[in-house]
Amino acid sequence: MLLAVLGMAFLVLPLAGLLVRAPWSTMPERLAEPQVLEALRLSLVTATIATAVCLVLGVPLAWLLARVSFPGRRLVRALVTIPLVLPPVVGGVALLLVLGRRGLIGQWLESAFGFSLPFTTAGVVVAEAFVAMPFLVISVEGALRAADLRYEEAAATLGASRWVVFRRVTMPLIAPGIVAGAVLCWARALGEFGATITFAGNFPGRTQTMPLAVYLALETEPDAAIVLSLLLLLVSVAILAGLRDRWVTSA
Amino acid sequence: MSGSEQDPGNGRPRLEAHLVVERPRFRLDVELAADAGQVIALLGPNGAGKTTALRALAGLTPLSGGHITLDGRALNSVPVERRPIGVVFQDYLLFPHLSALDNVAFGPRCQGASKHEARRTAGAWLERVGLAEHAAARPRQLSGGQAQRVALARALAVEPRLLLLDEPLAALDAHTRLEIRSRLRRHLGDFDGATILVTHDPLDAMVLADHLVVIENGAVVQQGPPAEVARRPRTDYVARLVGLNLYRGAADEQQVTVGDVIFSVTERIHGPVFIAFPPSAVALFRTRPDGTPRNLWQAAIEGIERHGDNVRVHLEGPIAAAADITPAAVADLDLTAGQQVWAAVKATETHAYPA
Amino acid sequence: MLRRLTRWAVAAPVALALVSGLSACGSDEPGTTASASPAASSAASSSALTVFAAASLTETFTELGKTFEAANPGVKVTFNFGSSATLAQQITQGAPADVFAAASPATMKTVTDASMAAAPTTFVRNKLEIAVPPDNPAKVDELKDLADAKVKVALCAEQVPCGAAAIKALDAAGLKVTPVTLEQDVKATLTKVELGEVDAALVYKTDVLSAGGKVTGIDFPEADKAINDYPIAPLSKAPAPDLAKKFVDLVLSQQGKDVLVKAGFEAA
Repeated sequence: MLLAVLGMAFLVLPLAGLLVRAPWSTMPERLAEPQVLEALRLSLVTATIATAVCLVLGVPLAWLLARVSFPGRRLVRALVTIPLVLPPVVGGVALLLVLGRRGLIGQWLESAFGFSLPFTTAGVVVAEAFVAMPFLVISVEGALRAADLRYEEAAATLGASRWVVFRRVTMPLIAPGIVAGAVLCWARALGEFGATITFAGNFPGRTQTMPLAVYLALETEPDAAIVLSLLLLLVSVAILAGLRDRWVTSA
Repeated sequence: MSGSEQDPGNGRPRLEAHLVVERPRFRLDVELAADAGQVIALLGPNGAGKTTALRALAGLTPLSGGHITLDGRALNSVPVERRPIGVVFQDYLLFPHLSALDNVAFGPRCQGASKHEARRTAGAWLERVGLAEHAAARPRQLSGGQAQRVALARALAVEPRLLLLDEPLAALDAHTRLEIRSRLRRHLGDFDGATILVTHDPLDAMVLADHLVVIENGAVVQQGPPAEVARRPRTDYVARLVGLNLYRGAADEQQVTVGDVIFSVTERIHGPVFIAFPPSAVALFRTRPDGTPRNLWQAAIEGIERHGDNVRVHLEGPIAAAADITPAAVADLDLTAGQQVWAAVKATETHAYPA
Repeated sequence: MLRRLTRWAVAAPVALALVSGLSACGSDEPGTTASASPAASSAASSSALTVFAAASLTETFTELGKTFEAANPGVKVTFNFGSSATLAQQITQGAPADVFAAASPATMKTVTDASMAAAPTTFVRNKLEIAVPPDNPAKVDELKDLADAKVKVALCAEQVPCGAAAIKALDAAGLKVTPVTLEQDVKATLTKVELGEVDAALVYKTDVLSAGGKVTGIDFPEADKAINDYPIAPLSKAPAPDLAKKFVDLVLSQQGKDVLVKAGFEAA
């Protein structure tokens, strides 16, 4: 009980610190700055797209890891967690080495399509998805492993094809895991800093997300940084709480 | 219970199967046949291979050999979802995210019925199992007995030609079990396909099945009508299930020799035989009773336990046996474990049959 | 462990923790990690000296620190290198430092305004150069080439000293440059050049030198309009005021100047 309270305090006190130090009087005009709203919009849009990308690529990967036995599966599972342990800045450099203008694949992208990911909004999405995907994959894989395979067998005996089984039985059964994973993924993408600034750079309106704006504001105007942090926090909590009500009541 | 429309009158079994499943340190090799409307119970101890046999019939476990023929059609290579089967799983496996109605409608829907049509079919089935008013309930809101009935309705709603039931009553408490067993018996009576029922409970098997198949260690050890199996057990496992003392002996006219003990029997029989008698036919004495030395042996008491209204005394000696006597007799005889006693059986209560 | 976090009840607080942790993301920058803790542990002893210095001084000050320890046996010098603005923040929040060497007068001003230091001295100047990859793919050789839309340029964000200097230089040249990125510090800007992601960047001469052969530096005359002064000052609440003064003296001495000039700084 005491430890639980301590744990809670540990998580909540930094937030309280932000609230106490927030420059409430100048808050309205700071929030009204177009750059702030632009960064917020960019953050929400890129985090959401990154989550969608993670869902599209991550759910099948989780399925593979949970359900298909293949040589080297343990290795692949360990590789999936790399972005978790890699310092995000290093992750950003790694992305540059692969997808950058002179990167292994990026080189080819540029010469074939004249397209280069770094310093673009798409690059932000790539960086965020790279860092956030493990959260989704691990959650969904866990849900798949915990799900009782016999429900899928029961569905098959009732005449359901593999696809129908996946859509009507497996997916609903692991829905809480997918939602939890997507939320973790989204939250991680929203807060992403290191890989984003390294891979996608920092340019207002194109690649400057809220965390980047916060970091740079911290250099000159700590008060502004606090305001931006609170704004990001408020918006994300509001969205998560909204989602939660919808999902929990219907699940 | 009559022959099917497809092959009228020739009495050919609807289901004919030879199931071979090989696993490391386990081999299942059983042959099963079932007529239309017949209920076959697969009876056997844990690990005997009953569920494996059921899964093999359903297509959930691949066969290593043998074949499955249903209504003259080979099922071996037909995938699970295309087999004309209905399965009631041990813990029912109702989809937790669907209502009772949608659980039952799942099968018809997979078979191509429209949503509306599937729900109407499902509603009719819920009605038949007496759960119409629970159509909207989620599985977790149903009692064990209700869930079992939904599972049965779900399995029957696909109009299977073969119904597979895996321990359908095992998850229920004693009281519910009684009621559900008689309901199940009624529904199985209405079902015109073949039914295979897996159980480890002899009572379920006796009440529900027309034919028992006893499996031990992956092989059929005995089969026949329930009454026949109950009267003439052929293995220790079956004898224990039906509550008989069973020995293998050599018969010569009306005399059977089991080791050092000689039994008089009423049957005229020769050669290797089984001899069976109920524990209630065994009488115990502190001293050697007068009269014929037949049907009498000296034994040591291995243990004493309550058994219903009586007391069951486990005997060791030339032959191991169980004897059921009244608590009053235990007191009179002052029986304790380790004690030497004389055991006797009435010839009229023994039953000998060819081994 | 994470595998079990499938329930909302768990997921939501974790998600919040992740979001609220974003301000800590700044510490992803290598220079600012492990910020105040070494200082705190060594401050108690008077034979320990704690120096907060701009990240661009990492190599030179580390060398001077060794010189200082050799000249003052028994003294242990601990450095905290990082963004000048972050260091100034830490000092005004009470971090137990003895000396502050900043990469801009503005960041030093934060500290003097808070009465944490008096009379800073400018000890070196740093000049901008154009950094290009060794193969110079965009054929950049003077500042106005950066205004070409086909040339990908990285600049420091205006909030950090090298970005402010870059703007000053470009303004002086009357050039309008649209960079693809405004990096959070000079090292990150340099990395983009090293990896060839951009064709050119404006960074300090010292950074070009420290990058070895991985980038090529190009001098440009407008750089003289945007020279960056590096001020140094002993701090008024220094736990070891005597050592602080001694260290500042060493930096200002000829010996100190030699080390700094060798690294590409200009003598003040």
